Amino acid sequence: MSSTAAVPILRQGDILIVTLQGDLGDAEWAKLTDDLLDRVAERRTRFAVLDLSVVDVLDSFACRTIVGLTNMVALRGPTMIVAGIQPGVAFAMVQLGATLPGVATALDLDHALALMTHG
Amino acid sequence: MDDQAILVSSGRRIAVISEEGIVLARQAGREMSAGLGLSETDQTLVATAISEVARNILLYAGRGVVELEVTPGPNGYGLRIRAVDEGPGIADIELALRDGYSTGHSLGLGLPGARRLMDEFSITSEPGSGTIVTMVKWGGTALPVIEGASP
Repeated sequence: MSSTAAVPILRQGDILIVTLQGDLGDAEWAKLTDDLLDRVAERRTRFAVLDLSVVDVLDSFACRTIVGLTNMVALRGPTMIVAGIQPGVAFAMVQLGATLPGVATALDLDHALALMTHG
Repeated sequence: MDDQAILVSSGRRIAVISEEGIVLARQAGREMSAGLGLSETDQTLVATAISEVARNILLYAGRGVVELEVTPGPNGYGLRIRAVDEGPGIADIELALRDGYSTGHSLGLGLPGARRLMDEFSITSEPGSGTIVTMVKWGGTALPVIEGASP
């Protein structure tokens, strides 16, 4: 629930895994964007996964940030997959009219990793 | 549980003077919705709608408050949310409720989106004297416990 918790970015081979720990404020979204763009350059990153499975709200600002983040990562080279959007969050996003155009999604982290190795 | 029941009964008032207020307001909305027995999905709809109207406060008025209170209805309880600011107001409410219309730097989804997420939604605004957005989500089943009352 804390809005000040840092977002851990883990590396597994050529995959970066970003697991959000809960509800992020605007500043945390901005910091995550900066951090991830730095980290993809560290080694040869082919994929990044943004795991949103414990995120319980995504407003229009967060959706816009995710689309921007995905595009920025893609421009640097790696492919990003957004994983684990919860059913209630998906419902709210559609009602709100804030979807994620052009963003690849997966049911959960395992599904995202399977897409990367087999897709 | 008792703490939550007391929160539900007493209502909450969250100052929105920075982006942190947006987070606090939507988290308070979720807690109160949960205390009222709203479904998980409805809790998320409430939190999302609060986030949008609280962001509008910050974007257009700079400061304001989000008030949350339990309201009794014909079939149970609802959560009433009022987003109040003393900003420039909205000159054309109908236009502001149109998808994609924005005078700020947003997607223009805030007000029309929040309206779709909630069961009731209204705006009163006078140019120059501020804006009040009122919205309600029905579906609460739990009796709010009165603070200090013994079972």
